[in-house]
Amino acid sequence: MNRTVSGAYAKVEAARNSARPTGIDYISNVFSSFIELHGDRRGGDDPSLVGGLAYLERQPVTVLAIEKGHTAKQRQARSFGSVHPEGYRKALRLMRQAQKFHRPVICLVDTAGAGCGLADEQHGIGQAIAENLTELAGLSVPVISILISEGGSGGALALALTDEVWMLKGAYYSVISPEGCAQILWKDPARTSEAAACLHLTADDALKLKVADRIISETDLGKKPFYDNLRGSLASELERLGKDPELTEKRYARFRRFGDFAADDGAF
Amino acid sequence: MALLHFRKPDNALEDGGRDGLPVQEDALEPELTCPECRHSTPVSRLQSRYMVCSCGYHFRMNARERIRMIVDRGTFQEMFSDVAGDDPLKFPGYPEKLETARAASGENEAVICGTGTIGKMPCAFFFMEPGFMMGSMGTAVGERITRTFELARERNLPVVGFTVSGGARMQEGLLSLMQMAKVSGAVRRHSDAGLLYIAVLTDPTTGGVTASFAMQADITLCEPGATVGFAGKRIVEQATGKKLPKNFQKAESVEEEGFIDRIVPRQQLKPVLTQLLAMHCTGGERT
Repeated sequence: MNRTVSGAYAKVEAARNSARPTGIDYISNVFSSFIELHGDRRGGDDPSLVGGLAYLERQPVTVLAIEKGHTAKQRQARSFGSVHPEGYRKALRLMRQAQKFHRPVICLVDTAGAGCGLADEQHGIGQAIAENLTELAGLSVPVISILISEGGSGGALALALTDEVWMLKGAYYSVISPEGCAQILWKDPARTSEAAACLHLTADDALKLKVADRIISETDLGKKPFYDNLRGSLASELERLGKDPELTEKRYARFRRFGDFAADDGAF
Repeated sequence: MALLHFRKPDNALEDGGRDGLPVQEDALEPELTCPECRHSTPVSRLQSRYMVCSCGYHFRMNARERIRMIVDRGTFQEMFSDVAGDDPLKFPGYPEKLETARAASGENEAVICGTGTIGKMPCAFFFMEPGFMMGSMGTAVGERITRTFELARERNLPVVGFTVSGGARMQEGLLSLMQMAKVSGAVRRHSDAGLLYIAVLTDPTTGGVTASFAMQADITLCEPGATVGFAGKRIVEQATGKKLPKNFQKAESVEEEGFIDRIVPRQQLKPVLTQLLAMHCTGGERT
């Protein structure tokens, strides 16, 4: 039991390591000719969400990436990947643009959680996430989301109501941080690693729960073969999804099955 | 307003199969103290005015009381009450917590759904229950609300939903988070069918519920003084490192910031809902 307990939390801590590749690293190495598009058209531009157009092999795609930065200075400038309402609204605008031009969307998710400052609340962080969820639910273009390191709750889900959800082997995805869970449930920070184990937040757990569809191996993480593999996987998946005329219906069914008490398919 | 007097339930269904609480009239009658004006009022008197203090403070109200206040007498048909949470992740202490919540609230989950009428206009409803783990959203809550939107879509009904929630239920982990996605999909399909969804946010509406179906309605009403927000106050305080403004996450400031349509005092909720529904009825013309 003890090994499992420390195991899950060790993975969370490893996922937070600032040396791991961030959104921009993926953009530069998986895609080509990236052209960044700024702003939410409502008065803000959030550097923690990088969006724009790029080629995936020969296919133009919309890329939405949460960027944390590596150095202290970069991380400060990117709000440590805690996306503000302006960032989610930039993503929303670019999703609508992708829909208009029949362009697939690739999301790269890496956040401990959505922004939780005073301005985030005043600018409607909850509403911004909520609107992205209904937008993603209605898109008819293919959407793939990759959780590259941290998948913190609603802030991550706002870019992950997608046809396919992939997770890096070392990523985690959770309804609440293990620290928050230990604090709220047990008022005891010492039980953080126990909370991590109980939350079933590792990539393997998410795959078992069918929350994730695929785990991306971290062999050669951050090196050319890693990015080449990922590019190939994305391209072939987009080709498959692009042929499917019932994407929106299937996306609904994909999320409909979590806690579908009628289906009783033994999912959990 | 004369039609809106508080009344006893007239069928077992409306009252969840429990015996109605006898109204005590003696001196020992329990009182509630208003946290705003510190005035104590007998519970029966508060009940006769929708649990609103004479100073205007809105006490929390359980889902059954709301059903009696909002849905036309005798029309509420409860649905999906067989959908109840278990413990999918075998989370320590969760089965005991569920048991306590069930005993304390008399409900088996944190939302009551069904159909009925408001001003004779048929609607689908959900009413979240503050007495059940503060309306926390797990798989059963998500499933009941999803089915409500699906049923409304099949039957061409508007949805009127009352939210009160601390957010996603962490004891069901990722499966709770997925409920935000699931319900959002159902809301979207209902909306794409051209149907009306009115949300009424009550104290408190926070976390994953705010970041999904509380903020996805065509029209978003809110009770006075309700806390409406995403992150918890303490977390925001920590992140900001400053004392928060007095009205932080209060309905009145959230309205000013543009995220709710209208604050409606509880006594006016039914007339306002009736009018809004009438304006969306087929034909839509004033009679």
